[in-house]
Amino acid sequence: MSNVTEAAANAAEHAGPTAGEYIVHHLTHLNSTGHPQTSIVDFSVINLDTLFWSISLGLLTIFILWLAARKATSGVPGRFQGFIELMVEMVADQAKGIIHSEESRKFVAPMALTVFIWVFLMNAMDFIPVDLIPLLWQTASGDHHAYMRVVATADLNAALGMSLGVLLLCLYYNVKIKGAGGWIHELFTAPFGSHPALYPVNFAMQLIEFAAKTISHGMRLFGNMYAGELVFMLIALLGAAWGASGATGPMLFVGHVLAGSIWAIFHILIVVLQAFIFMMLALVYIGQAHEGH
Amino acid sequence: MNLNATLFAQLIVFFILAWVTMQFVWPPIVKALDERAQKIADGLAAADKAKTDLANAEKKAVDELKKARESAAELRAGAEKQGTQIVEEARAEAARIVSAAREAAEAEAGVAAQRAREALREQVATLAVAGAEKILRKEINAQAHADLLAQLKSEL
Repeated sequence: MSNVTEAAANAAEHAGPTAGEYIVHHLTHLNSTGHPQTSIVDFSVINLDTLFWSISLGLLTIFILWLAARKATSGVPGRFQGFIELMVEMVADQAKGIIHSEESRKFVAPMALTVFIWVFLMNAMDFIPVDLIPLLWQTASGDHHAYMRVVATADLNAALGMSLGVLLLCLYYNVKIKGAGGWIHELFTAPFGSHPALYPVNFAMQLIEFAAKTISHGMRLFGNMYAGELVFMLIALLGAAWGASGATGPMLFVGHVLAGSIWAIFHILIVVLQAFIFMMLALVYIGQAHEGH
Repeated sequence: MNLNATLFAQLIVFFILAWVTMQFVWPPIVKALDERAQKIADGLAAADKAKTDLANAEKKAVDELKKARESAAELRAGAEKQGTQIVEEARAEAARIVSAAREAAEAEAGVAAQRAREALREQVATLAVAGAEKILRKEINAQAHADLLAQLKSEL
């Protein structure tokens, strides 16, 4: 697989990549091995591009929030201050409606705010032209086949990593609120009732529920962003073909501009919506951990 | 779509970012928001209080004005009454003085008239005696006719 891709890359060096090669190249992570990952699961590999963008945007999130927190006074707020406070209020209200323990909200509400802005910023990397940062990186690194993906949430690892974090919080609050015994009791008696014959069924249902919540939580974000990124690449391909195709060339150019504009505008909605959904689901799942079945 | 160690790195970053926000971002912003809400509530309460205070002050001012007007009217009525009384008294005094003066004048005039009448009576008696002397061409003893003369005098 790796050799095939490299062979294709070598061939592309002379003739320009085919559409398939272009897409595959853009969907390959810059990882610690320097080659595309071959196995589905390999924990010895780490995606450097995802980590770089995720940590950079995470720090940017914290920096933006810290800017507002530093100047926070009870006086008249400026526009920036007001905007951050608006989001804080929004998240605080949502958290208050879903999680009734004030003690838990001290951590969960700031977590939700961070996740919302962080995921939004990671998603918003989609608005940067798909080839711009990879091209800059290839120029800077001197390797014209260097891999670089800029949308961290379009990496399943990042999305599932965050949803696993939410799962851990759910388990923590389950034990904290219900006690270890109470939670284990619930694992075996809910949702069907406490009869010894139902214990295995209940436990299986609980495991399925936790797995389904976590995987759907991560997969939803990943799927939306991955698909969005892919569409941007297809639109880029559409425009890239305009010079070579004679009379239909200008049509392709117009198509690129039109489709690119429409998809980018529509994607603004998806970017914000997916960040909001991810935050809301995190709150809902953690809220469920506070309540008995 | 391959899974690798990025999963765990992202998991750790997730908790670190959430922790930093909880520690350094959330509390000051929420505190500022609560304080501002309190400030606004205080401001609104103060505005309400000022409004009622103003209404009370206006009512009080109207009352004071009414009271002042009433007392002024009362004062004027008193003054008018007193003025009338003073005028009445002065008029009565004047009337009394006038009447006293008239009485005195009348009395004086009466005395003077009396005196004039006395004098006239004297003169008439003398003239009568002289007339009678001339008519009778004889001496009349004044002593002998004094009674007659006195009688005549009182009849005048």
